Amino acid sequence: MKDSILKTFTVATLLCIVCSVLVAMTATGLKPNIEKNALLDKQLNVLRAAGLAAGDEKISAERASELFGQIEQVVIDLASGTTAADADPAKVDLAAQLKDPNGSVALAASDDTAGVKRLPNQMVVYLVRGADGALGKVVLPIYGQGLWSVMYGFLTLEGDLKTVADLSFYDHGETPGLGGEISNPSKMEKWSGKSAFDESGKPAVHFVKGTAAAGDPYQVDGLSGATLTSNGVNRTVSFWLGEHGYGPYLATLK
Amino acid sequence: MSSKLAKALTEPIIKNNPVAIQVLGICSALAVTTKLQTTITMCLAVTFVTVFSNLGVSLIRKVIPGSIRMIVEMTIIATLVIVVDQIIKAYAYNISKELSVFVGLIITNCIVMGRTEAFAMKNNPLESVLDGLGNGLGYSLLLLVVGSVRELFGSGTLFGITIFKTVSDGGWYVPNGLLVLSPGAFFLIGAFIWCVKTWKKDLAE
Repeated sequence: MKDSILKTFTVATLLCIVCSVLVAMTATGLKPNIEKNALLDKQLNVLRAAGLAAGDEKISAERASELFGQIEQVVIDLASGTTAADADPAKVDLAAQLKDPNGSVALAASDDTAGVKRLPNQMVVYLVRGADGALGKVVLPIYGQGLWSVMYGFLTLEGDLKTVADLSFYDHGETPGLGGEISNPSKMEKWSGKSAFDESGKPAVHFVKGTAAAGDPYQVDGLSGATLTSNGVNRTVSFWLGEHGYGPYLATLK
Repeated sequence: MSSKLAKALTEPIIKNNPVAIQVLGICSALAVTTKLQTTITMCLAVTFVTVFSNLGVSLIRKVIPGSIRMIVEMTIIATLVIVVDQIIKAYAYNISKELSVFVGLIITNCIVMGRTEAFAMKNNPLESVLDGLGNGLGYSLLLLVVGSVRELFGSGTLFGITIFKTVSDGGWYVPNGLLVLSPGAFFLIGAFIWCVKTWKKDLAE
């Protein structure tokens, strides 16, 4: 049996209309839910980094946004370290800036120790203040090349801006069970309490291979079987604490 | 239930298992089976798509022009996959992050395309739905076996609950790292095929 061209077109058109209506209905119907989930996910990552939520704690959207309300979001100009008071933190999108030639700057290969390639003009940092307004914690978003993937995470400093409070990665593609342990809070808690900078103010905290020397304020127990990921973490941390990362901004906080 | 309907439903579960016997859908079977939670979500998603794509194609099989047959099938499958993806993102966001691209990749899962083309184009809607369900269950059976073994021996847990306390958490169990990686799933699928073919001698080539 030969199908006429008209019939072929009619069937194709009708099918497309039915399918597109179905897709459009699901997409618009579920959009509020999906956006709420994405926002909650982002807030939870920050809350965990700030120590306001435990690693696997289930938190309702209401509780998360209430806790998140206690955190001060600051948009900073990365290169100068100054705060951009009029910028809306919700509109600062890292991925969009990195794609936009005007939103980010290429980094010279010699300076690019963490494999970030481009630096965004603006970053959002999160400040947690105590009841008296004193700076409690500073949550700094960081990213850098690991062994297989770009690792995205947060480096949290105590209010003295010298002590590491927490280091966590929420998105990466490192080997599960080995380098992937960088998102395991029980491994990463070893960073807590270490000194971020040495006496001359250079970033000094790092993973070592094996066990850290007792009493050494800069060494963190390494992840077994994950030397290359650990190296990536070390480079990422020292890059973001340095002059091309948050160095200028941290200087303004002191 | 007539024997033809029963056959459409039960045959793909073991005797003509889409993964073990026809060796289709291997990619997702490797990718999503490190944890049972993601495995089950993926099983439900694939079963939903095989059932409804078979139903959709079978309902309009007499009006589908031969020249655009496959594109029509593909459009129906793609629509269903987008719907499933959106539902998972809306109601199980954390699982959707772990499944990442693999829900979208159901579109290219040969089982779905294979059943619409080989079965739903020639059979009535009821038989097609049962065939879709049977193939979905066959895929799920293999994934659940692989997923259970990988999670239990690879991480010492089932559904995230600790069964064997691992050495790194102060227990006694040394997890098998190979099972967490994709090649581990290859060995398990191979073992599964071997078991099925030893049990059902007539399937051995």
